[in-house]
Amino acid sequence: MGFFLETLIGGLMTGMLYSLVALGFVLIFKASGVFNFAQGAMVLFAALAMARFSEWFPALLGFDSKLLANLLAFAAAMAVMVAVAWAIERLVLGKLVNQEGITLLMATLGITYFIDGFGQTLFGSDIYKIDVGLPKDPLFLLESVFQGGVLVNKEDLYAAVIAALLVVALSMFFQYTSTGRALRAVADDHQAAQSIGIPLNRIWVIVWSVAGFTALVAGIIWGSKLGVQFSLSLVALKALPVVILGGLTSVPGAIIGGLIIGVGEKLSEVYIGSQIGGGIEIWFGYVLVLFVLLVRPQGLFGEKIIDRV
Amino acid sequence: MLYRENGQFKTAYAADQQIFPIAQDRIGILLLIAFAVVGVPLLADEYLFRAILIPFLILSLAALGLNILVGYCGQISLGTGAFMAVGAYAAYNFFSRIDGMPMIVAMLLGGFCAMLAGIVFGIPSLRIKGLYLAVATLAAQFFWDWAFLRIKWFTRESASGSVSVSNLSFFGISLDSPAEKYLFCLFVVMVFALAAKNLVRSHIGREWMAIRDMDVAASVIGIRPVYAKLTAFAVSSFIVGVAGAMWGFIHLGAWEPAAFSIDRSFQLLFMVIIGGLGSIMGSFFGAAFIVVLPIFLNQALPVLGGLVGVDISTAAIAHTELMIFGALIVFFLIVEPHGLARLWSIGKEKMRLWPFPH
Repeated sequence: MGFFLETLIGGLMTGMLYSLVALGFVLIFKASGVFNFAQGAMVLFAALAMARFSEWFPALLGFDSKLLANLLAFAAAMAVMVAVAWAIERLVLGKLVNQEGITLLMATLGITYFIDGFGQTLFGSDIYKIDVGLPKDPLFLLESVFQGGVLVNKEDLYAAVIAALLVVALSMFFQYTSTGRALRAVADDHQAAQSIGIPLNRIWVIVWSVAGFTALVAGIIWGSKLGVQFSLSLVALKALPVVILGGLTSVPGAIIGGLIIGVGEKLSEVYIGSQIGGGIEIWFGYVLVLFVLLVRPQGLFGEKIIDRV
Repeated sequence: MLYRENGQFKTAYAADQQIFPIAQDRIGILLLIAFAVVGVPLLADEYLFRAILIPFLILSLAALGLNILVGYCGQISLGTGAFMAVGAYAAYNFFSRIDGMPMIVAMLLGGFCAMLAGIVFGIPSLRIKGLYLAVATLAAQFFWDWAFLRIKWFTRESASGSVSVSNLSFFGISLDSPAEKYLFCLFVVMVFALAAKNLVRSHIGREWMAIRDMDVAASVIGIRPVYAKLTAFAVSSFIVGVAGAMWGFIHLGAWEPAAFSIDRSFQLLFMVIIGGLGSIMGSFFGAAFIVVLPIFLNQALPVLGGLVGVDISTAAIAHTELMIFGALIVFFLIVEPHGLARLWSIGKEKMRLWPFPH
């Protein structure tokens, strides 16, 4: 029982981290109808920027404070992500308005390649580390109930809390600010939004910047967990089934989808994977999604797809 | 001036409906085929065969298969690499487990297994559409990647799923030299291209296109979506599976699951998009573009760097390649979203009217 709980909690924590990446997908899809494959590349890019800036600033400006270095690096990385968002809107999406979904998907694949190459040219392609002071020591819960207690990684716990806070903040932003209202209007209907005077281009820059922000947070958390390296951009592939499971248009869906897939992955790996050769984590999420989609083609919380002729 | 159809009168429906209704096109394509069969083996050296021509032909075949699914039936697939892998590993099993199995039969059986896999993973397309389907097809990719790595039966207990084949022959002619392999690929590709071209202009091809353009309307006028979508998946995966078997047998000789990873799927999708959705010709253009571009960049970048006086390291070349590749894809999508095939047909249109602008 203790082992089961441990796996369960581990799965929930991983799931939270997946949702962090999935959020970026959902934000962009909601606001512009673009399925942004480049989210993974953006996570890698942001993490690289963060890792390198936190090395460069102390060396360049000659101070020693870790906190200051991290804060400065965070601000600089955020500025870089905004610049990326602006460039993507200006150079790519602005020119592809009214194209089909598949064309936009391909364009973001092109952006993925570009950002991967650009980031590694700019920041180098070694393994870097991000240290923002997340504690690494394990935590034992319920020691009185089970022998040895339930082991929880403190770092994961912090990450999960940060992810939860981010979701709340984003929901508030969408719900209660005028920019958020404009974003929802654009998501609803581009033309109608434009006709009442919402500037589409600016909205898109904002959305991509917000997605860049979530990419940065995800990059910092994933980066401090795994180290900043090329494989970080592959977390996007882990987050894809999460987005689809939750529904492409639903922010809470991304969170719940993440939790379901995180838990399912860990439990299946432990209880089924050991029977059939292991490593089934790679496809479990996707196959689960396949079966869910057969029942609910729009994902668990997505808007119902209505066909009109 | 030379490219006019003036005076070419059609007196039968068959003449009007042929693949190349204009005489100049027919002559051109015959010259091209003659050159490919006779001229190229005389002129090309081994490097050209191995690095460019054989990969180009095999990947055009795979792109052709994918184009039937994406371009003609409108079902996005990101799992092409997986179906190539199924074709390759199934063909390997037929070829190595059964004594005296001819290579071409093993390849076709491999394509048949890929077809079955395609139908199974195509079933969700009856419920799921668009981007959701694209992600769902990734399930095929990751599942088969895993299966060939972990399930030892498929790879005859070899470590890390790597297998190899030898003693390739085709109707008693052994395929040893690159030129022979090239001619074999050319033969298979021509047969499949002709078959595919005829398929997409038959009733089944029209059903696919109707489903692509608007599936609800198509089902209202009596087209069965189940039948149309699953046949598209079946035909597409069959061709892709044969291409996979050829990629393993002819091009690589020895391979492991990583040869058919998700990158391969993306590469093929790029070919189809850049070449032109819904165009047989486009598959060839796209494959040529994607095969030649990295080789070209690899050669050109150090030279360019030398001109400016910068010494470019291999890592930098790899990264610059990624950047240029990504930028070019975006550029193409912006300038010509319908791909190279559209540019080709615009060019032909202009030639017919030349020297008049309209």
